[in-house]
Amino acid sequence: MSYCRQEGKDRIIFVTKEEHESPSNAELIADDPNDPYEEQGLILPSGDINWNCPCLGGMASGPCGSQFKEAFSCFHYSKEEVKGSECIDYFRNMQECMQKYPELYPQEEENSAQTESSSEPESAAPAEGSASPPENDSSPGTSTAEPTSPTDSQTAS
Amino acid sequence: MLKCRTVWKKLAPLARSSSTVCRQNVRRAVLNNGRTPAQVPAAHMSTGPAGGGRENQLYALLVGAACLGGGIYVCTSIHLLWIALTTDEPVEAAPVEAAPVVEEAAEQPAAAVVEETEPAAAVVEETEPAAAVVEETEPAAAVVEETEPAAAVVEETEPAAAVVEETEPAAAVVEETEQPAPPVAEEAAEQPAAAVVEEGKTCKHRGDVAPVASKIPSHARYLLIGGGTASFAAARSIRARDPGARVLIVTDEPDLPYMRPPLSKELWFSDDPSVTETLRFKQWNGKERSIYFQPPSFYINPEELNSAENGGVAVLTGKKVVHMDVRGNKVKLDDDTEIAYDKCLIATGGVPRNLQVIERAGEEVMSKTTLFRKIEDFKLLDKVSRNIKSVTIIGGGFLGSELACALGRRSAESDLEVIQMFPEKGNMGKVLPEYLSNWTTEKVKKEGVKIISEALVKSVVAKDDKLEILLKDGRLVKTDHIVAAVGLEPNVDLAKSAGLEVDSDFGGYRVNAELQARSNIWVAGDAACFYDIRLGRRRVEHHDHAVVSGRLAGENMTGASKPYWHQSMFWSDLGPDVGYEAIGIVDSSLPTVGVFAKATAKDTPKAATEKSGTGIRSESETEDTAVSPVASSTPAPPTVGHKDDYGKGVIFYLRDKVVVGIILWNVFNRMPIARKIIKDGEEHADLNEVAKLFNIHED
Repeated sequence: MSYCRQEGKDRIIFVTKEEHESPSNAELIADDPNDPYEEQGLILPSGDINWNCPCLGGMASGPCGSQFKEAFSCFHYSKEEVKGSECIDYFRNMQECMQKYPELYPQEEENSAQTESSSEPESAAPAEGSASPPENDSSPGTSTAEPTSPTDSQTAS
Repeated sequence: MLKCRTVWKKLAPLARSSSTVCRQNVRRAVLNNGRTPAQVPAAHMSTGPAGGGRENQLYALLVGAACLGGGIYVCTSIHLLWIALTTDEPVEAAPVEAAPVVEEAAEQPAAAVVEETEPAAAVVEETEPAAAVVEETEPAAAVVEETEPAAAVVEETEPAAAVVEETEPAAAVVEETEQPAPPVAEEAAEQPAAAVVEEGKTCKHRGDVAPVASKIPSHARYLLIGGGTASFAAARSIRARDPGARVLIVTDEPDLPYMRPPLSKELWFSDDPSVTETLRFKQWNGKERSIYFQPPSFYINPEELNSAENGGVAVLTGKKVVHMDVRGNKVKLDDDTEIAYDKCLIATGGVPRNLQVIERAGEEVMSKTTLFRKIEDFKLLDKVSRNIKSVTIIGGGFLGSELACALGRRSAESDLEVIQMFPEKGNMGKVLPEYLSNWTTEKVKKEGVKIISEALVKSVVAKDDKLEILLKDGRLVKTDHIVAAVGLEPNVDLAKSAGLEVDSDFGGYRVNAELQARSNIWVAGDAACFYDIRLGRRRVEHHDHAVVSGRLAGENMTGASKPYWHQSMFWSDLGPDVGYEAIGIVDSSLPTVGVFAKATAKDTPKAATEKSGTGIRSESETEDTAVSPVASSTPAPPTVGHKDDYGKGVIFYLRDKVVVGIILWNVFNRMPIARKIIKDGEEHADLNEVAKLFNIHED
């Protein structure tokens, strides 16, 4: 049973779980998907990359930011049939840069990586190239998401 | 896919530093409120079949839903590349031919291709083997092989391209990659060339300022004054949008940029006795990290700022900007060095206020008083509190209450007496409605803190190696050390020389909705009194605000022209029963509507904490048995019905019947909903209906 109380200017309501199970009739304003000021995801409505997306976790601003951007842009805008096939040098540049900063981009021991990789859908990769462009990735960063996601694979430093 | 993982792992550490990540603390993880309610636009976990598709599923698998879209993106591309390279078909960028390659890969050798991840790793991991692998695919090999020598050759010959690289790398790259031609060689050539040109420039600069020590660059395209969170966030933002950007941070602190919240929060609850040296703490996800946003290797040396190939972020520590010449676009440091800038951010934060009665009380009192803000203050208070019998915190706000709880916990292990006094009736009295403030005060007492409310300090004197605090109502408190946590004075020292306006109500530099003070000057963080289009003129002293406003300033310094739009939030925890997040204007003088879950014993946060066995406080500490005369004289808070347990709920703050602030009380991960309600700015007939959106009964 819910009950209300007023203490001066402050109103206090206690509610049970059951009482809050009925759908809310509060009306929210529909979000404008093209709100120019709203924080955008990885891919902007224009199709360009949002380099300031928090979802990039500082990749674009770090010491290898230039290399990362080159590689990523190359891939994103790649018109090749095998998307990104022309970008390997950019990715190599990025790797070379990262190797100069082991503290910032720690090398992963291959063992743990292997075990984990076994859980991935093996059939996933081959079809990717043609069918679903990775633009879908924009969803992770969209909206006002608080960065509360469990970032399991992250190490402390 | 191994490759993907490797790349991802490399990306990961940087993800950490998107600073709000640290906002969840240990206990929050313990409470395991990981599930986002359905109303939230499935932010990072878009594994749903509808929109996501494979990428997202893969992504969730890979990353466990960290929102690093880029990670998977990169992975995918590398993987595809690898498929291309390991097939026997010729791949040389001929679109028509490439198609069958993929097809084929998908059909027969597919399994093999995907399975054999080992060589893939080799390819991109180490560049040398990469070349080797590539060689096997004859035609492609030729291309790739050539690039390296080509780079070497062109390096010396093409200065023209350098200009492009230097100014607009992103755009340039995009353009280039569009062409199927071998942009690779060109690109490779550009960078060294750029370096050459840059160096020439540097020489000139050095020539100009020859007499002055060459250590400090005479010009910085982006100059950030202050080395705190807002500055760091701005540096990030600038670098992301202008990748070759040269950013110089000037700070009078001796340290590289670090986050302050752990200084009054997590660091006090560390098990590591050397925590004052390591400055590492456990995050909400159980992972440990440093309070420093980035290790030293992230930054470049100030003297190399203008010569580094891809720019970077340099930090000049221990230097104070003392004068600002807005017309001349330059500043002067305390050692008389001048630095010219193109764009400047003022993020000077503030200095802790002190009580006048303490300032006037003389040196001995001052020497036994801590004004808490920096790393050194944490270290000092940690040390002092181990060597004294009694500490008194003056102030009932965020900092005072958090420190009281932190020290209170220590009182359970030693015989340290922890007293907290403030003018309000209860803890957080300026923020929480009175009933909730009182309830919270009871919880803080359980943390071993002796609360003296409605306390106005009349005088402080040093006597017999002790400090005597006399209150206006005659009460006398004896203690060994005082921590004054009575607010922050925004640092507006540059206002005069720069001719910048200081807000007479809120303090701080007055800036517009885009955080701009003058054409090339922006202000962010504690020092900015900005115009919030939704909520009016404000100044906010919170970590997340420093992140949000610093980030926004960085965007605008690189031409975004965006107003303050994304509301910052803040959070605080006071012992195991009280944890909250808030957004907007939470001022206890406003009318409020609080909707609380009628809680059963099992779903209080405390129960959850105890159940998991990782509570941050020991269970032994209840109301202190040795009741001091002081504590006993504390006026009993107005009795709130005993049955009322404000375990979990949501509190709305109203101004003209519109919700302008929301506290999520022991309810976590609902901030997007709260932000949406503030953004809408609508009048709601029944806030209980709005409260339903928060699923306060759920974890």
